[in-house]
Amino acid sequence: MSVPADPFEPDRGYRLNPDVALRPEPFGALAYHFGTRRLSFLKAPGLVELVRGLGSHGSVSEALAGVDESRRPSFLRALAALAASDMIVPQP
Amino acid sequence: MTTVSCEPVPALAEQFKRGLAAPICLTWEWTYACNLSCAHCLSSSGRRDPAELSTAQMRGVIDELHHMQVFYVNVGGGEPTVRPDFWELLQYAVSRQVGVKFSTNGVRLTAARARQLAATDYVDVQISLDGATREVNDAVRGRGSYDLAVRAMANLAEAGMAGFKISVVMTRHNVPQLDEFAALADRFGAQLRITRLRPSGRGADVWPQLHPTAPQQRQIHAWLTAHADRVLTGDSFFHLNALGGAPLPGLNLCGAGRVVCLIDPVGDVYACPFAIHDAFRAGNVRAPGGFAEVWRSAPLFARLREPASGGACRSCSQYSACQGGCMAAKFFTGLPLDGPDPECVLGHGEGAPGDTPPPGNDHSHRRVPARRTAVPLGMPGVRVPARRVAADLGLPAVGVPARLCGSSPLAGVP
Repeated sequence: MSVPADPFEPDRGYRLNPDVALRPEPFGALAYHFGTRRLSFLKAPGLVELVRGLGSHGSVSEALAGVDESRRPSFLRALAALAASDMIVPQP
Repeated sequence: MTTVSCEPVPALAEQFKRGLAAPICLTWEWTYACNLSCAHCLSSSGRRDPAELSTAQMRGVIDELHHMQVFYVNVGGGEPTVRPDFWELLQYAVSRQVGVKFSTNGVRLTAARARQLAATDYVDVQISLDGATREVNDAVRGRGSYDLAVRAMANLAEAGMAGFKISVVMTRHNVPQLDEFAALADRFGAQLRITRLRPSGRGADVWPQLHPTAPQQRQIHAWLTAHADRVLTGDSFFHLNALGGAPLPGLNLCGAGRVVCLIDPVGDVYACPFAIHDAFRAGNVRAPGGFAEVWRSAPLFARLREPASGGACRSCSQYSACQGGCMAAKFFTGLPLDGPDPECVLGHGEGAPGDTPPPGNDHSHRRVPARRTAVPLGMPGVRVPARRVAADLGLPAVGVPARLCGSSPLAGVP
């Protein structure tokens, strides 16, 4: 029962879904969605940091500006996947 | 379960082998008391243990799981619902954001309880059923147990508890019923879950007679491949991946002590739910440091998180597919832990096994002394050694819902 998510728009601001908890793990973090009861694995500590801080940026692109350029494309794909599974949501 | 990967890192399974900050799949057995005496019970349940955790101690463990961010637990037993504080503990766990999926034979799932469950967020119910027909089910789980389970399923469906699980342990006698189980699940709006029979607990007694034959192993694999989208397995059939083809969904690794563990009713922590034996006991939640300390620091768990050698399986072309199979299945059939699984689909687990280990702690109902003769299971051609409780399958007191238990599993429960 996954929640239909809007298309991912990097120009919008996103934040960690308030229904999602992040549990630090040696490889990054485990994300648990209390609403859909789905688990996801964030497989890079840098990605965890990015996701945690996402809500303080006006857009995803702005948040990614602080990330090393070579990692931006892969982080962007990861964020799109997280948006598709409702782990991150557009800012209200 | 989804993986969000963004750079070349070792496969998730490789990460998991080194262990996690807390288990992903924690089984917690709330009591050894049970109204049934299933022939294959992997925890040899029946009688309550006088040393079982009190309500306050149970709440303490729930608090600890909350702090460790264990987001859900699989609660079992024994029959967990016969604990008088079961519903109170369920509510407490949910209130602490520790979701509960509990396994039950249905004995306490009245219409009113089913409505209560349907109204409680964050709870899943799993009804154990080992035959799609009364005859096949009751031969293993005891007389009356099929009707008990079906009544509970009807109550859950009636209450609108959509998607509850029907959990089936695959045996030689129910493999031909796979389609019937799926139809039964559809009838009740439930989801089918099938798991592997293990030679653990009383399962050791019936393993030779009940574990699926080699052709049936292939049948299970084919059925799982065809129905992957509608059946859950608890990742328990990864040993079948050696048959080739696309890997079955799941982690494909032995999670014991890495992502999985068991807390038993007296607070002992074991590497996995199928390994209730001194050899796999890592500690106790009552010791200083509690469960977290056991999970993080138990020497047994540290060993299980070291890279596996592969042993005799190392030269096999399929080792990467099956990972050598199930540790508990090997242990309880007397096979070396770094060798092939007793159900190795390539036949490498056959041959001359060593001595099987003495049974672990046994809470089976005390009944008439075990006879040494084989006892009919109630089906033609099925015979079970008379060791321990299997001798008593035909006794009328087993599984009669109106009478919980001859030796009162609830005696002394606070």
